[in-house]
Amino acid sequence: MSDIERELRSGLPGAAPGALEAASLRLAERAASEGLLDIAYAVVDSPLGTLVAARTPRGLVTLSYADSGVDPVLEQLAARLSPRVLEAPARLDSLRRELDEYFERRRRSFDIEIDWALVRGFARRILAATAAVPFGEVASYREVARAAGNERAARAAGNALGSNPMPIVVPCHRVLRSGGALGGYTGGIERKRFLLTLEGVL
Amino acid sequence: MGVPPFQKFLEEHRDRVFRFLVASVGPADAEDCFQETFMAALRAYPRLRADSNLGAWVMTIAHRKALDVHRARARGAVAVAELPERGAEDGARDGERGLWAAARGLAARQRHALLLRFAADLDYADIAAAMGTSPEAARQSVSQALKRLRRELDDE
Repeated sequence: MSDIERELRSGLPGAAPGALEAASLRLAERAASEGLLDIAYAVVDSPLGTLVAARTPRGLVTLSYADSGVDPVLEQLAARLSPRVLEAPARLDSLRRELDEYFERRRRSFDIEIDWALVRGFARRILAATAAVPFGEVASYREVARAAGNERAARAAGNALGSNPMPIVVPCHRVLRSGGALGGYTGGIERKRFLLTLEGVL
Repeated sequence: MGVPPFQKFLEEHRDRVFRFLVASVGPADAEDCFQETFMAALRAYPRLRADSNLGAWVMTIAHRKALDVHRARARGAVAVAELPERGAEDGARDGERGLWAAARGLAARQRHALLLRFAADLDYADIAAAMGTSPEAARQSVSQALKRLRRELDDE
């Protein structure tokens, strides 16, 4: 490489630190105002670790434990819903506030709108039945299956709860085995125990 | 597997798009041009094929948006006072070294080929894709631009 080429490569000012991040946030807001932001997401810290929250214009579409990082969550959203995915934390401010209140025991249910786009068929009915189990109470897999219209589908209920795209907000942690054993949990059994303790069940 | 989430695409390419735009249209218009580039990209994004060359594609858009600015200026649509002035003083103000300031004086084709090569760091195939020309023509434009710059520096 000649001197002139080296100087061309090194002589160009880049953006000031943080300027491109700020420009990207402005882009996301503009995209939202023009109806081009299909999925806005935010990375949220919680007592249960890092969460990825994402919403469509219709409502919250996922709240995921980011144990394997943020990227797999975004890739799944891009593949299943739309690749127009941008970080826009301000669009998730109300959810973040509700989560803070919940973890401080100042909130017992969530008011945020839900978009069920990632859940189909019977699983949707199971999760709707689960959403009706109040703070501080629990139900069995068989009970939510019955509420969803098929008492004998306890196993299908377990599967639907295991792939709940919105844990905490749709409280799958409140569904236990018939004998009172904790059963499974997407984010690991310790998180289920934490949430049930927070709600005063354990 | 389709195209990656737009945020990943943005993070991967925003730095060189911005560098290219600062060098092409100047710091005052670079941010606007940056927004225009990625808004256009976002509009078209879901229709892209998964195996598209995203780096060359976004530079094609940036290149087009930069040309829009240059055309608008040529038509006098931009107030003269807002134009980034050429020359060493301006370069010093932007933090540009003399070479890039001198590059502003090149013919549009040569300047853009040079920018895509050294500001956006594209290879000749991608420069050709971005400019709608052949890799050989892109290589020639870059080498002509370098020759011009060398001559100008020698004259000083």
